[in-house]
Order: sequence, then C-alpha cells, then structure tokens
Amino acid sequence: MSSTILLSRGRVVDPRNGVDGVRDVLVRDGTIAEVSEAPLKVQDARVVDATGKLVLPGFIDLHVHLREPGEEGKETILTGCMAAVAGGFTAVVAMPNTKPVNDSVLVSEYVKAKAREARLCHVYLAGAITKGLQGEEMAEMGALVGAGCVCITDDGRPVMNAGLMRRALQYAQLFNLPVMVHEEDLTLSGKGVMNEGRASTRLGLTGIPPSAEVAMVARDMVLLEETKGRLHVAHVSCEGSVRLIREAKRRGLNVTAEATPHHFILDDEAVGAYDTHARMNPPLRTRRDIEAVREGLVDGTIDAIATDHAPHGVLEKQVEFDKAWNGVVGLETALGLTLSLVREGVMSLQRAVALLTDGPARAFGLAGGHLAAGAPADITVVEPEAEWTVDSARFFSRSRNTPFHGRRLTGRVAQTWVSGRLVFEDGQIKESR
Amino acid sequence: MRHLLGIEGLRRADIEALLGRAEAHLHGGPDASHVLRGRVIANLFFEDSTRTRTSFEMAAHALGAEVLNWTTAGSSVSKGETLLDTVRNIEATGPVALIIRHRSSGAPHLVARHVRCAVVNAGDGTHEHPSQALLDAFTLRRRWGRLDGRTVLIVGDILHSRVARSNLHCLTALGAKVVLCGPPTLLPPGLESFGAELTTNLDAALPRADAVMCLRVQSERQGENFFPSTREFSRMYGLNAARAERLKPEALVLHPGPMNRGVEIAPAVADGPRSVILEQVAHGVAVRRAILEEVCR
Repeated sequence: MSSTILLSRGRVVDPRNGVDGVRDVLVRDGTIAEVSEAPLKVQDARVVDATGKLVLPGFIDLHVHLREPGEEGKETILTGCMAAVAGGFTAVVAMPNTKPVNDSVLVSEYVKAKAREARLCHVYLAGAITKGLQGEEMAEMGALVGAGCVCITDDGRPVMNAGLMRRALQYAQLFNLPVMVHEEDLTLSGKGVMNEGRASTRLGLTGIPPSAEVAMVARDMVLLEETKGRLHVAHVSCEGSVRLIREAKRRGLNVTAEATPHHFILDDEAVGAYDTHARMNPPLRTRRDIEAVREGLVDGTIDAIATDHAPHGVLEKQVEFDKAWNGVVGLETALGLTLSLVREGVMSLQRAVALLTDGPARAFGLAGGHLAAGAPADITVVEPEAEWTVDSARFFSRSRNTPFHGRRLTGRVAQTWVSGRLVFEDGQIKESR
Repeated sequence: MRHLLGIEGLRRADIEALLGRAEAHLHGGPDASHVLRGRVIANLFFEDSTRTRTSFEMAAHALGAEVLNWTTAGSSVSKGETLLDTVRNIEATGPVALIIRHRSSGAPHLVARHVRCAVVNAGDGTHEHPSQALLDAFTLRRRWGRLDGRTVLIVGDILHSRVARSNLHCLTALGAKVVLCGPPTLLPPGLESFGAELTTNLDAALPRADAVMCLRVQSERQGENFFPSTREFSRMYGLNAARAERLKPEALVLHPGPMNRGVEIAPAVADGPRSVILEQVAHGVAVRRAILEEVCR
C-alpha cells in the first residue's frame, strides 16, 4: 500500500542533521522522502498542516517495562505501546524482567509477536545478562541477539559478581552489544528504601547512600577500560556517577548513559509524608544531584532521556512505604517534564530533542532518531505551548503510579507517526489497521 | 488536632496545651470518666509493646471509653491481609480513635489518609513516638518548671530511635537544647538541620547536660556492624556509675524503656537518686489521657 503524506510548515527540529526551522516533510511508503525549506507541491499527498507545531523525530525510550508476559494486570505490550505513542515515543526498548524473564528466544519471540499484534510503535528487546536475572550464569547472548535483542541487561538488578560482569563485557563484543547496567552495590544499599540524607533521617526510613551507585559505576569503568567493551549506564541518579562517566568518556571509553525525568525533576523531599509514588530505585536524590544530572544532560555526559516506565498496581503502592514496590510510570509525562528544562533555560530545545531521539538511537545503534531522507517516518508532532494537567486516571498505561499527578505541564503530543502511519492524534489512539 | 502522627510540625502552644491538660489529669482534677463514655478506642499493636499499650488502655478507661485491644498475633494479618484492609475493617466497627504501633515508619500516616476517625501514632518504625516524647517533656517540666535554656543529652542508637526523633522535635520546640550522642554509624545525616548538636564523645558531653536520656540498644544491631559488640558499645556509650559522677549534681536520668540493664545504663544509675524512669511511666497515663481527649474532641 503506497501512501504519501506531507507535513507542511512545521518547525522541524532534527539535531542529528542540524535542522531547526520551518520545513515541509514528505513521507512516502513509511519513509522520509524529503525535508524541504521551500514549500512542496505534491500530487495526491495527504497534507497535514503543522504550522505553529514542532515536527520532531519520533522519541526513543531505551528503558521501558511492558510487564508482559507475567504481570498483565499492570501493563500489557498493547497498553504499554499505547502509552508510548501517546507520549510521543515511536520506539521503546522492553526490559527483560518479565515473568518468565527474557533470557531466551522463546520469550523474545513472544514479546515480538505481541508487539506486532499491537502494531503501534517499534518494540526493541533487551535480553538478560544472566539466566533468570540471578547474576550467576550468563544467558545465551548469541541466541538473544539472533532473536532481536539490541542490548543485554539484568535490569533492576546489578551484576554483583565482578568476574561475571567482566566476562559479559568481553563476550558481548562478539555482537557489538551494549551491556546496560543498573549500578547498585547491594552491600551498600542494604535494606534502604530512599536516599540517605536529611529526608530519610526525618522520616526514619532506611537510607541508600549515593556510594551504592557511584562505587559500582567506578567498578564498571575499571572493567570497561580493561575489556574495551560497550557499557550503558541506566538511570543515573547522582553527582558522583555523572563525574565518573564524564571522565570515562574523556578517556575514550565506550560508555553511554541515560537519566530519567523523575531524577532530573524531583529530589528526595518528594517522599513528603511517605508517598510511595516517590519510591524508586535508584532513589530520588538531592537538589545537588539533580543539578549534576542536568549538567550531564547538557554537556553530553548523559546521552539519553529514558523513562524507566515501571507500571505497578494499587496493591504494590497503597502499602507501608518500606513494603511498597519501586518504580513510576513515565511514558506519558516525559515530554512535558523534559520541555520544562527548556522553559527553565537549563538546555536548548535542540538538546532536549536530541536526548529523546538522536542520543538514544546512537547509544543502541537503532534506526530512526532523525528525519533525513531515507530514515523511517517515525515522527512526533508537538504543540509546544499547549498547557495541560497530568491526570493519571486518563493514562493509556494500565497503571497510575506517578508522582506527577496534578502537575501542570506545557507541551503536548499532537500526533505520533510510526513508519508513516498515524497512530496517535489529539489524545486518541488511531485504529491501527 | 485531628490526628497525632508525630511531634514534628506541632507548635509550642499545641504542645504546652497538651502538657497543661496532662497536668490537670495528674492532679485528679474534675472527674473525666464521662469524657469518652460509650465510645470505643481501638488499640492496634502491629508490634509488641507492654507499657505503651497498657498506658493508652488505662488512659482510655479513665476517660470512660471502651478499649478494643488488637494485636497481630492470631489476626488476619498473618493470612496476608494488608494494613489498610485490616484498619478499614476495624474502623467499620465504629471506634472514635485508632492507636497504632507499627514496625514500618509512616504506617500511621498511610492509615490516617484512609480513615475518618482519629489516628494516634504509638510508635512507627524508626520514625516517631510522640506520646513518649510528650511524657518525657512532661516529666522534665514537672521537675524544672520550664525547659528553656536546659540541655538534654540523648545517647545511644540515634539512627534507629523514634524516641530520639520525637524528643528532638519536642524538646527543641519547648526551648531546650538537644545534644545527640552515639557512634558515627548511629548518627544519621541531617540532624543538625533540626536544631540538634551532634557528638560522638559522651564523656565530654556529660558535664553540660541537665538531663541524660539513655536509649535502648537493640541487640540485633550488633550483627549489622553498627558497632563491634554490645560490650564495646557499653564501654563507650553506657551510662555507668563512674560516668554519672561527671554529671551536674542535680542532673536527671531518663530512659524510655525497656532497659538493657548493664548495657546502656548501669542498674545503680537506673535505680539511683537521679533517675526519673518510673515517673516517666506514671506520667504516661496522664499524658495519654490528654492526647485522647484532644483528638477525640
């Protein structure tokens, strides 16, 4: 089926190709055909007037939990993809901590089949580093890559065994595969449930010191230097980690990193009076850590904004703080929170867009992330001045666990196009068939 | 005051009003046995306690209330019922107040967000123990008249002590200076921002104190490497007779109980002339009457 779409007169921001200005974007058969400064006249094209809107490469989220198979009550691949496209994401990387764990071709194939059925956004797979995420035996990396995994990670768990981590970094080079790591020394974090500091002292909650993260980043930089492998640091939360990653990059190590909106917006005071929606791992840190993460986002130390979208039901959150599960949903609030950094003058719009598009695409070597001719027509159209209030009851995600409910945000997704198909428009998921 | 979840955030006037009312109860005052007549107070103890539970029970009886005593042993909690389900079921039987003791910090806050009746925190995890702090302040106030300008030294496991947190807020609000003392591993960060002075040197701090409060050392902490052994802890931070000699002649000794005699406090000191430990217990009932009266108004 051939189709021609002309997105006319929008402000195209495409950091990889150095474009920022009013352009016409012509899409043919799911691919970008032309980006033109002069207005295009095309016969039989469906014309979309994008005047006053931003036309951006589709966002790519390197860190998403779709919960299927195993915890479909929290999210399914379909509802997760709906949340993704509603948030402007045209591609997500699905984490392997499903039940069963994605440490096999079987689970990979299942997720791919469900994603094909959902037919909304691209779903890339992350396979496990170790079988069952147990941190003991390496999973069959070759088979996982064959099944389409674009990275390996033990996700919410660190690889505590340094010898195993070293081998994983070496072996993954067979496939030029990034090893994504949750940096946490469990002997330092212990039974901690929030950042260690004034807030944890006040609340009488067990603290997790920043060293739990920083010490592991340090260890992995040492291993990376020795193995010449490829490492991706997930959800960087503190100043020390940013500094170590910055130094490692300066020394030419092959390291990339991501930060989440909650870690660059909220500090540990957000726990307030034991709000379990502010319970996540790594925990929310201090104002100073937020500033460091922001600096890292601006200067390129951190390559990507990822949401760590982690749906949980009421049962996991409406409990005592120390019994609550970690994590927040993030796909539908990421754009507004990221744009708040632009409004605050922390970074340029170009940098913000790069962190949602080009940065993640390069980190994992994924298609998309830019709008040059020949690229897939994954496009997010944004109304930059639209104000809205986060209402978790209206999320497409099956879960409601967000600390941002009720927050006023500026900047809303108007349309999401995936491979040239309009999958989301004006608050509605478009019929995908 | 709808709930009493902690001392933090209470104004000096709120605290003094409660202490004033406790004073009236202690003196007998007018008969209060009608105040909560026909009403039910639910004592929900998710964690073991003798003196706090009994003290609240006696206070409720003195105000004419019926007491529903509930403990986790033999309850649906052991079948996996959630805290909120348990509490909502008990609320449905119609109590005017829930007294909650729980091992999770913040549990009473969670409950207070989901029930209509009053919630009193009877000790939550390592967070606060407001009625204990009020009875401690009450005990000191009866001895001293006012707390302004006095120095209270709290020594021991500050990190895990809900008594220390509540006392810090309470004593500071009443004008006293609070010095917190313990090994560095048991002094959590940020305490200075609440007005406390921190020290690891007990011997140097003792001569300045108008009162010393010893905290119970939980034996399980030894296995967690906060300190090498109870013996070493006792040697460094135990209030023994020789140390008590360094105190001002009129200085008082407090302990929230239960005591590990011979560990954080020597028997001779606990039972000695400075000790107001049993007064604390006796004052607990009067203070809790005042609390129940206040939240059930």
